[in-house]
Amino acid sequence: MTATLAAPPAPTEAPPVARRGRRFKNASAWLWLAPALILFTVFKFVPMARAISMSFKEVRPYLGDRWVGLDNYRAVLGDEAFRAAAGHTVVLAAGETLGSIVVGLALALLLEGTARHLWIVRTAVFLPTVTAMAVVAALWRVIYYPAPDGALNSVLGWIGLGPGQFLDSPHTSLWSVMAVGIWRGAPYDMMIFIAGLAGVDRTLYEAAAADGAGPLRRLWHVAFPAMRPVFGIVVTLAAIRGLRVFTEIFLLTNGGPNGSTEVVMTLVYKLGLERNELGIASAGSMLLLVATILLTVLAQGLRRRKA
Amino acid sequence: MKQLDTALGLGAVRGPIGRLVKLALYALVLFVFAGPLLALLVSAFGRVTDPTRLSLIPHDLTLDNFRTAIDQGVLRYLANSLIVVGGGLLLQMAVSVSAAYALARKQFPGVRLVLLLILSTMMLPEEILAIPLSLVLADVPIIHLNLVGTLAGMIVPVGAWAFAILVMTEFMRDVPIELEEAARLDGAGDLRIFWSVILPVCRPALGVLGIFGFTMIWDQYILPLLVAQDASQFTLALALRSLRADEQVGTGVLIASALLALLPSVIVFLALQRQFMRGLTSGAIKG
Repeated sequence: MTATLAAPPAPTEAPPVARRGRRFKNASAWLWLAPALILFTVFKFVPMARAISMSFKEVRPYLGDRWVGLDNYRAVLGDEAFRAAAGHTVVLAAGETLGSIVVGLALALLLEGTARHLWIVRTAVFLPTVTAMAVVAALWRVIYYPAPDGALNSVLGWIGLGPGQFLDSPHTSLWSVMAVGIWRGAPYDMMIFIAGLAGVDRTLYEAAAADGAGPLRRLWHVAFPAMRPVFGIVVTLAAIRGLRVFTEIFLLTNGGPNGSTEVVMTLVYKLGLERNELGIASAGSMLLLVATILLTVLAQGLRRRKA
Repeated sequence: MKQLDTALGLGAVRGPIGRLVKLALYALVLFVFAGPLLALLVSAFGRVTDPTRLSLIPHDLTLDNFRTAIDQGVLRYLANSLIVVGGGLLLQMAVSVSAAYALARKQFPGVRLVLLLILSTMMLPEEILAIPLSLVLADVPIIHLNLVGTLAGMIVPVGAWAFAILVMTEFMRDVPIELEEAARLDGAGDLRIFWSVILPVCRPALGVLGIFGFTMIWDQYILPLLVAQDASQFTLALALRSLRADEQVGTGVLIASALLALLPSVIVFLALQRQFMRGLTSGAIKG
């Protein structure tokens, strides 16, 4: 950086002092950026580059890596377990996205408003979202305790349902995980919907009411169209969140029982860190990344077109 | 027509039946969403010998769950969590504020590219990077440092968070240039301007950064999982997995520890709620 400072200024341009000032300013800008650039390089870009490169290699500690082309990708895509995990991931992501939106919208419509009691209820309902996933998982494992007098089974008993096995049965495990995801995700969507609803022009409601439209028609013809961009954002965020799902599965079921809740990331984790198949695990991660990016781009495109 | 200030106009619902229905609905959503967390609070102080004893109603009040949890080293895990969140948040905010200052207030070739590169990592879920990140942590490039088995390994990587840089950059762009120019005419340098002109104006954004950063770091699971080698480095979140049951107090020890892991995030959220909502809506709406 000092070398650039010493370079002679071109005679036709700004006077030397101003020019030196600008160059110095450039150098100082990079100084302000340096901590971020170093951390992003080491903990984001380098791991990213290594993931890409490992996905084309057979990773052999001490022996040196061997280039295998697309073999890892073939191995992953040909693996029955990976395809099942990908299926579970998509079902889970779609279910949690849709469930959170429906429940979140219902909550938003119920709890929208400026009254103080509504604000208190909203705050309480929002708490699951700020609760660490590890706590959520520990709590729900207790709630889901599959004995007939377990917490959830007791509640279901009041309304004449259950008892269920929840996380312990391969038939209900994925749905039980999904319910936890919706429990934690819906309040988040609720807050975004409430922000969206706050932006709807109030006079439109009154005009609609004057035309004799009931609450439901007002919702359908006034509020929803105005909130279209908000829906786009919520869907995009939730879908990306859904595909990368790892911690809740790892803590609630670790893929079981019988592989019924295995998702891409838990499988990749087991392949990579437990069985040391780093190449194949990286190929699995890359496929998930490509899916995430495609989904993001698609959602952005849809948003633009609608807007 | 003032009653039509919400989409469904529920505020205008009057009469005993309407009120009763509304009250029942509020009670239902509170039971579903806040009930489990309240049960955690109540049960932590009761005898929860097995998971079926989880309850919303206090009974057999006792501190035994916490005593046993402390015997199992939960204070150590709590201390680790607090060190990680404190160090991580400090680093994250310092790095983000400094980068945002350059990105928002300085014109230099490459500024767009740098911002784009940083923002592109928002599409890069940390889960996907877990495996290569564990290799990097074991042997940091160039300096060849092994961060595995150290709390620093859980702190340093959270310094790189694109969301924080984005929020801060957008906020700093709106700080009037006149403020900075006036200070510069008074002979103030970059550092002084940053510290006594820009930062004080950015206080609301710092609040947003603080609450989001805290929640993000407190929720960290994969990173501690990759870094911790034995129980002495466990954070509270990690420890919840191994603290499953105890012969004397049973599930109680898990419930009490989960409550300890819950309380800091709830307290911070309640204290900085306004900033949280502002960040949530601005970040999400701008997308």
